[in-house]
Amino acid sequence: MAKKEKMDFNLIQPFINATLTVLKTMAFTEAHSKPPYLKDQNTANGDVSGVIGLTGDSSGSLSVSFPEKTILVIVSNMFGERMSQVDDEIKDAVGEITNMISGQARQELEGMGMSLESAIPTVISGKDHTIKHITTYPILAITFSLDEGEFLSGQGEEFTIEVCIEEE
Amino acid sequence: MYDDFCILLVDDFSTMRRVIRRMLRDRGIENVIEAENGKQAWKLLNDRKIDLVICDWNMPNMKGVDLLELVRSHSQLSALPFVMVTAEGKKDFIEHALQKGATGYVTKPFSSEELFSVLGNIFPGEAK
Repeated sequence: MAKKEKMDFNLIQPFINATLTVLKTMAFTEAHSKPPYLKDQNTANGDVSGVIGLTGDSSGSLSVSFPEKTILVIVSNMFGERMSQVDDEIKDAVGEITNMISGQARQELEGMGMSLESAIPTVISGKDHTIKHITTYPILAITFSLDEGEFLSGQGEEFTIEVCIEEE
Repeated sequence: MYDDFCILLVDDFSTMRRVIRRMLRDRGIENVIEAENGKQAWKLLNDRKIDLVICDWNMPNMKGVDLLELVRSHSQLSALPFVMVTAEGKKDFIEHALQKGATGYVTKPFSSEELFSVLGNIFPGEAK
């Protein structure tokens, strides 16, 4: 199927806002977003990803991918304990973070007149794992750096969300 | 502060149970038991005395709102304080939960202050 050419950028902002809010509230860390870009390949920008489908007024999906170093910092902050490896607890946390970003974004989208629901997220991990958004629409990706005293903004430190929403 | 309370935390994500448990512990509340879904929680509610349920919405094996409905229809549990803590922040979800008898509603993500603000409204005699 041919790719559609555009996706409304206004629909992306709630996901950016939600990501910033979730990290600030639950992990006590400031994230900083970069401008969205079109993602045209399936390989995730990270070592562990949460993916959640969106249905309702439109359909689409959200994924959140973290490099190992970054997700260990985030979950250590959430738990108040140092986490040292990507294990089942980290994967569970990625699922819950994805769930919260989805919920928070859908709440803002509702105020914009778009009602979306989502199910329980799935989590994928491993070097160079792939994410498949089932869509003919463009996938927009936004990378974030974390301000942890020093910025986690280098190669293998930034995390990425990918959003795809099909317009009516 | 919430002396002798037993709180039942119900969430399919161990992360959220751990985060909430930490928030409770920081306020001196140690007597917390956990369930991964509504079915497990229902068994615990029938086996022992629980003073407060903090429950997620979306879970496999019985959603939070279905557990709430069971609790409200049970002769001895019908007045049990039941707080929904969920990523579902849309109006219709909140209205639905309150209509089913939720005592409080907290939308994820949330701070310890937000959680204890809701708990303080339910138990006004306890320290915030």
